[in-house]
Amino acid sequence: MTPPKTFSAKTFILVTLLVVFGSAGNLLFSAGMKQIGPIPDWSTAALHAVAVKVFASLWIWLGITSMLLFLAAFLLVLSWADFSYVLPATASMYVFIPLLGHFLLGESVTILRWLGVALICLGVVLVGRTPANTTKKD
Amino acid sequence: MRTAVALVILVLAGTGGDLAAAHAMKRIGEVKSFAPAAILRVLGRAFRDGWMWVGIAQMALAFCSLLALLSWEAVSFVIPATALSYVTGALGGKYLLGERLTPLRWAGIALVSVGVMLVCLG
Repeated sequence: MTPPKTFSAKTFILVTLLVVFGSAGNLLFSAGMKQIGPIPDWSTAALHAVAVKVFASLWIWLGITSMLLFLAAFLLVLSWADFSYVLPATASMYVFIPLLGHFLLGESVTILRWLGVALICLGVVLVGRTPANTTKKD
Repeated sequence: MRTAVALVILVLAGTGGDLAAAHAMKRIGEVKSFAPAAILRVLGRAFRDGWMWVGIAQMALAFCSLLALLSWEAVSFVIPATALSYVTGALGGKYLLGERLTPLRWAGIALVSVGVMLVCLG
Protein backbone atom coordinates (compact mmCIF):
# COMPACT_ATOMS: atom_id res chain seq x y z
CA MET A 1 0.00 0.00 0.00
CA THR A 2 1.42 3.38 -1.00
CA PRO A 3 0.88 6.52 1.07
CA PRO A 4 -1.63 9.02 -0.39
CA LYS A 5 -0.11 11.27 -3.01
CA THR A 6 -0.27 14.78 -1.55
CA PHE A 7 1.71 16.69 -4.13
CA SER A 8 1.96 16.60 -7.90
CA ALA A 9 3.77 18.86 -10.34
CA LYS A 10 0.67 19.43 -12.47
CA THR A 11 -1.38 20.52 -9.42
CA PHE A 12 1.41 22.92 -8.39
CA ILE A 13 1.77 24.42 -11.89
CA LEU A 14 -1.98 24.87 -12.39
CA VAL A 15 -2.42 26.45 -8.93
CA THR A 16 0.53 28.81 -9.61
CA LEU A 17 -0.99 29.85 -12.94
CA LEU A 18 -4.40 30.51 -11.44
CA VAL A 19 -2.86 32.59 -8.63
CA VAL A 20 -0.86 34.70 -11.12
CA PHE A 21 -3.81 35.27 -13.49
CA GLY A 22 -6.25 35.86 -10.62
CA SER A 23 -4.01 38.48 -8.98
CA ALA A 24 -3.35 40.24 -12.28
CA GLY A 25 -7.06 40.20 -13.16
CA ASN A 26 -8.13 41.77 -9.86
CA LEU A 27 -5.49 44.51 -10.11
CA LEU A 28 -6.45 45.27 -13.72
CA PHE A 29 -10.15 45.49 -12.76
CA SER A 30 -9.25 47.78 -9.88
CA ALA A 31 -7.14 50.05 -12.08
CA GLY A 32 -9.96 50.16 -14.66
CA MET A 33 -12.74 50.93 -12.17
CA LYS A 34 -10.65 53.60 -10.40
CA GLN A 35 -10.23 55.31 -13.74
CA ILE A 36 -14.00 55.17 -14.35
CA GLY A 37 -14.81 56.43 -10.84
CA PRO A 38 -17.58 55.55 -8.34
CA ILE A 39 -21.04 54.58 -9.64
CA PRO A 40 -23.02 57.82 -9.01
CA ASP A 41 -26.45 56.21 -8.45
CA TRP A 42 -28.37 53.05 -9.34
CA SER A 43 -30.68 54.54 -11.99
CA THR A 44 -30.82 52.68 -15.31
CA ALA A 45 -29.27 55.65 -17.10
CA ALA A 46 -26.33 55.84 -14.67
CA LEU A 47 -25.71 52.07 -14.81
CA HIS A 48 -25.87 52.16 -18.61
CA ALA A 49 -23.34 55.00 -18.72
CA VAL A 50 -21.01 53.07 -16.37
CA ALA A 51 -21.42 49.85 -18.41
CA VAL A 52 -20.45 51.69 -21.61
CA LYS A 53 -17.31 53.06 -19.89
CA VAL A 54 -16.49 49.62 -18.39
CA PHE A 55 -16.56 47.87 -21.75
CA ALA A 56 -14.60 50.67 -23.45
CA SER A 57 -11.76 50.34 -20.92
CA LEU A 58 -8.57 48.58 -22.02
CA TRP A 59 -7.78 47.76 -18.38
CA ILE A 60 -11.12 45.98 -17.99
CA TRP A 61 -10.55 43.93 -21.17
CA LEU A 62 -7.05 42.96 -20.01
CA GLY A 63 -8.62 42.04 -16.66
CA ILE A 64 -11.27 39.92 -18.41
CA THR A 65 -8.57 38.11 -20.44
CA SER A 66 -6.58 37.45 -17.28
CA MET A 67 -9.72 36.20 -15.49
CA LEU A 68 -10.60 33.86 -18.40
CA LEU A 69 -7.12 32.31 -18.13
CA PHE A 70 -7.64 32.08 -14.36
CA LEU A 71 -10.99 30.32 -14.96
CA ALA A 72 -9.45 27.84 -17.43
CA ALA A 73 -6.66 26.90 -14.98
CA PHE A 74 -9.20 26.69 -12.13
CA LEU A 75 -11.52 24.36 -14.09
CA LEU A 76 -8.69 22.10 -15.24
CA VAL A 77 -7.30 21.64 -11.71
CA LEU A 78 -10.81 20.97 -10.37
CA SER A 79 -11.13 18.04 -12.77
CA TRP A 80 -8.97 16.06 -10.32
CA ALA A 81 -8.37 18.08 -7.14
CA ASP A 82 -10.82 18.75 -4.27
CA PHE A 83 -12.52 22.15 -4.22
CA SER A 84 -11.59 22.44 -0.51
CA TYR A 85 -7.94 21.85 -1.53
CA VAL A 86 -7.80 24.30 -4.45
CA LEU A 87 -9.76 27.12 -2.77
CA PRO A 88 -7.33 27.75 0.16
CA ALA A 89 -4.41 27.45 -2.29
CA THR A 90 -5.88 30.34 -4.28
CA ALA A 91 -5.48 32.44 -1.09
CA SER A 92 -1.87 32.90 -2.21
CA MET A 93 -3.43 35.75 -4.20
CA TYR A 94 -3.73 37.62 -0.89
CA VAL A 95 0.03 37.58 -0.73
CA PHE A 96 0.45 39.12 -4.18
CA ILE A 97 -2.51 41.53 -4.21
CA PRO A 98 -1.44 43.69 -1.19
CA LEU A 99 2.13 43.59 -2.51
CA LEU A 100 1.21 44.65 -6.06
CA GLY A 101 -1.54 46.98 -4.81
CA HIS A 102 1.15 48.70 -2.73
CA PHE A 103 3.77 48.97 -5.46
CA LEU A 104 1.59 49.52 -8.52
CA LEU A 105 -1.50 51.33 -7.19
CA GLY A 106 0.11 53.06 -4.19
CA GLU A 107 -2.10 51.35 -1.57
CA SER A 108 -0.66 51.01 1.95
CA VAL A 109 0.40 47.69 3.57
CA THR A 110 0.71 47.61 7.38
CA ILE A 111 2.53 45.24 9.77
CA LEU A 112 -0.83 43.56 10.60
CA ARG A 113 -1.37 42.91 6.91
CA TRP A 114 2.05 41.32 6.61
CA LEU A 115 1.23 39.11 9.63
CA GLY A 116 -1.93 38.05 7.81
CA VAL A 117 0.11 37.29 4.71
CA ALA A 118 2.40 35.03 6.83
CA LEU A 119 -0.60 33.13 8.29
CA ILE A 120 -2.05 32.64 4.81
CA CYS A 121 1.24 31.18 3.60
CA LEU A 122 1.34 28.80 6.59
CA GLY A 123 -2.30 27.78 6.02
CA VAL A 124 -1.68 27.12 2.33
CA VAL A 125 1.32 24.94 3.24
CA LEU A 126 -0.83 22.91 5.70
CA VAL A 127 -3.60 22.38 3.13
CA GLY A 128 -0.91 21.45 0.60
CA ARG A 129 0.12 18.59 2.91
CA THR A 130 -3.33 16.95 2.66
CA PRO A 131 -4.29 14.65 -0.24
CA ALA A 132 -5.44 16.73 -3.22
CA ASN A 133 -8.30 14.34 -3.98
CA THR A 134 -10.46 12.67 -1.30
CA THR A 135 -13.40 11.65 -3.48
CA LYS A 136 -11.70 9.48 -6.11
CA LYS A 137 -13.10 5.96 -6.15
CA ASP A 138 -10.28 3.56 -7.08
CA MET B 1 -24.84 49.08 3.98
CA ARG B 2 -24.38 48.86 0.20
CA THR B 3 -20.89 47.46 0.85
CA ALA B 4 -22.32 44.74 3.17
CA VAL B 5 -25.03 43.73 0.69
CA ALA B 6 -22.57 43.60 -2.20
CA LEU B 7 -20.14 41.52 -0.11
CA VAL B 8 -22.84 38.96 0.85
CA ILE B 9 -23.83 38.59 -2.82
CA LEU B 10 -20.16 38.31 -3.80
CA VAL B 11 -19.40 35.57 -1.23
CA LEU B 12 -22.55 33.43 -1.66
CA ALA B 13 -22.83 33.68 -5.44
CA GLY B 14 -19.06 33.29 -5.83
CA THR B 15 -18.92 30.13 -3.69
CA GLY B 16 -22.06 28.67 -5.27
CA GLY B 17 -20.66 29.30 -8.74
CA ASP B 18 -17.34 27.65 -7.93
CA LEU B 19 -19.04 24.61 -6.35
CA ALA B 20 -21.28 24.09 -9.39
CA ALA B 21 -18.26 24.39 -11.72
CA ALA B 22 -16.26 21.97 -9.54
CA HIS B 23 -19.15 19.48 -9.73
CA ALA B 24 -19.26 19.80 -13.54
CA MET B 25 -15.49 19.18 -13.81
CA LYS B 26 -15.67 16.10 -11.55
CA ARG B 27 -18.38 14.70 -13.86
CA ILE B 28 -15.95 15.06 -16.78
CA GLY B 29 -13.07 13.39 -14.95
CA GLU B 30 -9.35 14.01 -14.49
CA VAL B 31 -7.56 15.92 -17.27
CA LYS B 32 -4.45 13.94 -18.23
CA SER B 33 -3.26 15.58 -21.44
CA PHE B 34 -2.28 19.27 -21.55
CA ALA B 35 -1.96 19.54 -25.31
CA PRO B 36 -3.87 22.69 -26.39
CA ALA B 37 -6.34 20.62 -28.44
CA ALA B 38 -7.01 18.32 -25.47
CA ILE B 39 -7.53 21.29 -23.13
CA LEU B 40 -9.97 22.91 -25.56
CA ARG B 41 -11.82 19.59 -25.90
CA VAL B 42 -12.18 19.27 -22.11
CA LEU B 43 -13.32 22.89 -21.75
CA GLY B 44 -15.75 22.36 -24.64
CA ARG B 45 -17.26 19.37 -22.83
CA ALA B 46 -17.38 21.37 -19.58
CA PHE B 47 -19.40 24.13 -21.22
CA ARG B 48 -21.95 21.62 -22.49
CA ASP B 49 -22.62 20.51 -18.91
CA GLY B 50 -25.71 22.07 -17.31
CA TRP B 51 -23.96 22.43 -13.94
CA MET B 52 -21.35 24.66 -15.55
CA TRP B 53 -24.06 27.11 -16.60
CA VAL B 54 -25.58 27.07 -13.12
CA GLY B 55 -22.07 28.04 -11.96
CA ILE B 56 -21.55 30.69 -14.63
CA ALA B 57 -24.83 32.43 -13.80
CA GLN B 58 -23.75 32.72 -10.16
CA MET B 59 -20.21 33.80 -11.13
CA ALA B 60 -21.65 36.55 -13.36
CA LEU B 61 -23.70 37.84 -10.42
CA ALA B 62 -20.60 37.76 -8.18
CA PHE B 63 -18.59 39.54 -10.89
CA CYS B 64 -21.09 42.43 -11.14
CA SER B 65 -20.98 42.75 -7.37
CA LEU B 66 -17.16 42.76 -7.43
CA LEU B 67 -16.97 45.50 -10.09
CA ALA B 68 -19.44 47.66 -8.13
CA LEU B 69 -17.44 47.17 -4.90
CA LEU B 70 -14.13 47.96 -6.60
CA SER B 71 -15.54 51.25 -7.87
CA TRP B 72 -15.89 52.60 -4.33
CA GLU B 73 -13.53 50.55 -2.13
CA ALA B 74 -9.75 49.84 -2.32
CA VAL B 75 -8.73 46.54 -3.90
CA SER B 76 -6.72 45.74 -0.77
CA PHE B 77 -9.98 45.93 1.24
CA VAL B 78 -12.37 44.26 -1.23
CA ILE B 79 -10.38 41.12 -1.99
CA PRO B 80 -9.42 40.33 1.64
CA ALA B 81 -13.01 40.97 2.74
CA THR B 82 -14.10 37.93 0.72
CA ALA B 83 -12.40 35.76 3.42
CA LEU B 84 -15.73 34.15 4.28
CA SER B 85 -15.61 32.31 0.95
CA TYR B 86 -13.00 29.97 2.44
CA VAL B 87 -15.40 28.80 5.13
CA THR B 88 -18.48 28.63 2.87
CA GLY B 89 -16.33 26.89 0.22
CA ALA B 90 -14.98 24.28 2.66
CA LEU B 91 -18.50 23.57 3.98
CA GLY B 92 -19.82 23.32 0.42
CA GLY B 93 -16.98 20.95 -0.53
CA LYS B 94 -17.79 18.72 2.44
CA TYR B 95 -21.60 18.68 2.34
CA LEU B 96 -22.32 19.20 -1.37
CA LEU B 97 -19.36 17.52 -3.08
CA GLY B 98 -18.62 14.82 -0.47
CA GLU B 99 -14.99 15.80 0.11
CA ARG B 100 -13.23 14.53 3.23
CA LEU B 101 -11.83 17.41 5.26
CA THR B 102 -9.08 16.18 7.58
CA PRO B 103 -8.14 18.15 10.75
CA LEU B 104 -4.97 19.29 8.94
CA ARG B 105 -7.00 20.72 6.06
CA TRP B 106 -9.42 22.46 8.49
CA ALA B 107 -6.39 23.89 10.35
CA GLY B 108 -4.97 25.21 7.09
CA ILE B 109 -8.32 26.72 6.08
CA ALA B 110 -8.65 28.32 9.56
CA LEU B 111 -5.16 29.88 9.28
CA VAL B 112 -5.96 31.15 5.79
CA SER B 113 -9.23 32.70 7.01
CA VAL B 114 -7.60 34.36 10.04
CA GLY B 115 -4.74 35.52 7.83
CA VAL B 116 -7.19 37.03 5.37
CA MET B 117 -9.03 38.77 8.23
CA LEU B 118 -5.74 40.26 9.48
CA VAL B 119 -4.93 41.43 5.98
CA CYS B 120 -8.39 43.02 5.97
CA LEU B 121 -7.99 44.67 9.41
CA GLY B 122 -4.47 45.87 8.60
